[in-house]
Amino acid sequence: MAEIIVVTSGKGGVGKTTTSASIAMGLAERGKKVAVVDFDVGLRNLDLIMGCERRVVYDFVNVIQGECTLKQALIKDKRNEKLFVLAASQTRDKDALTPEGVEKVLDELRQDFDFVICDSPAGIERGAHLAMYFADRAVVVVNPEVSSVRDSDRVLGIMASKSRKAERGDGTIKEHLLITRYSPKRVADGDMMSIADIEEILGLPIIGVIPESELVLQSSNAGVPVILDNQAPAGQAYADAVARLLGEDRPMRFTEADKKGLLKRLFGS
Amino acid sequence: MGLLDVFRKRKPASANVAKERLMILVAQERATRGGPDYLPLLQRELLEVIRKYVNVDNEAVQVRVDKDGEQDVLELNVTLPDGD
Ligand SMILES: Nc1ncnc2c1ncn2[C@@H]1O[C@H](COP(=O)(O)OP(=O)(O)O)[C@@H](O)[C@H]1O
Ligand SMILES: [Mg+2]
Repeated sequence: MAEIIVVTSGKGGVGKTTTSASIAMGLAERGKKVAVVDFDVGLRNLDLIMGCERRVVYDFVNVIQGECTLKQALIKDKRNEKLFVLAASQTRDKDALTPEGVEKVLDELRQDFDFVICDSPAGIERGAHLAMYFADRAVVVVNPEVSSVRDSDRVLGIMASKSRKAERGDGTIKEHLLITRYSPKRVADGDMMSIADIEEILGLPIIGVIPESELVLQSSNAGVPVILDNQAPAGQAYADAVARLLGEDRPMRFTEADKKGLLKRLFGS
Repeated sequence: MGLLDVFRKRKPASANVAKERLMILVAQERATRGGPDYLPLLQRELLEVIRKYVNVDNEAVQVRVDKDGEQDVLELNVTLPDGD
């Protein structure tokens, strides 16, 4: 029986798809059987970040509408045979995702996989709501920036009252915060909210802190989830987050500003 | 960046300003969450009415809906300034 994890945020462009791709790949690297599902109907992107865009034949909506089987639509990753991608549809019909259809697909995935990762679209509309509705756990992706933090709180509120678990009185979605695009130097300079600030405002445990990194863009360019770059701090930080999702205790890394900073500042650079 | 920049007078850290604003906003939004959609507007209008008589600050009026058994109870809390 799979655990369903939604990666969500409210605000767009904060790193949900980047995070979904790396968490899915990371769990597969740890030997779990993983399906990662793109809920962003009309704006398919996960396939690009995963590097399987040329192998998309059928998508999520095709499965819901019975035009193919789930098996036919799942794209097996070329690097890890335990990882499968279900692409979003490019249809502009936002109603193509139906609650019954999503439930049926997720139920079927639950039978075969250890983890199902749902990459949520931005906003709080249908797609975002369906991505979180059936979840057991949530990774709320937040940037250290005012509008992202506020939107996260809003999403947390919706999750607490409008998920299937909440409606059935069947417990709650287990929530984690993942801070990304974190810049320790800017925090040290007082220009960016710190991990502790965000933790205090939102009152949630933090599953990972991913530093701002140019390598993320390079990874996306190549269609390689950044977690596979084990030299990159962002990749290592994602690996830590995956370990924590699996219940391991890992200290935070890459969260302190470079100690050489002051010297550099004194003598210029 | 050079030697001079280090000693240049700093503005108050903007991250602290961000945090303070968010603490207030999030608390407000949580208080009206799950309640009827008109709560934020009701709160704002009440504040305006009260301000005709007393000078209270923005957080002085809190509205929330609580459940009391079967009944929904609208709870209003108005903090008046210290009398002097
Ligand atoms: N840690 C990071 N450092 C630098 N850039 C990042 C980082 N994480 C994400 N990005 C960039 O932010 C942009 C939005 O990321 P994406 O994952 O598509 O966000 P979302 O799915 O939330 O819209 C992309 O250009 C991505 O490369
Ligand atoms: Mg995305």
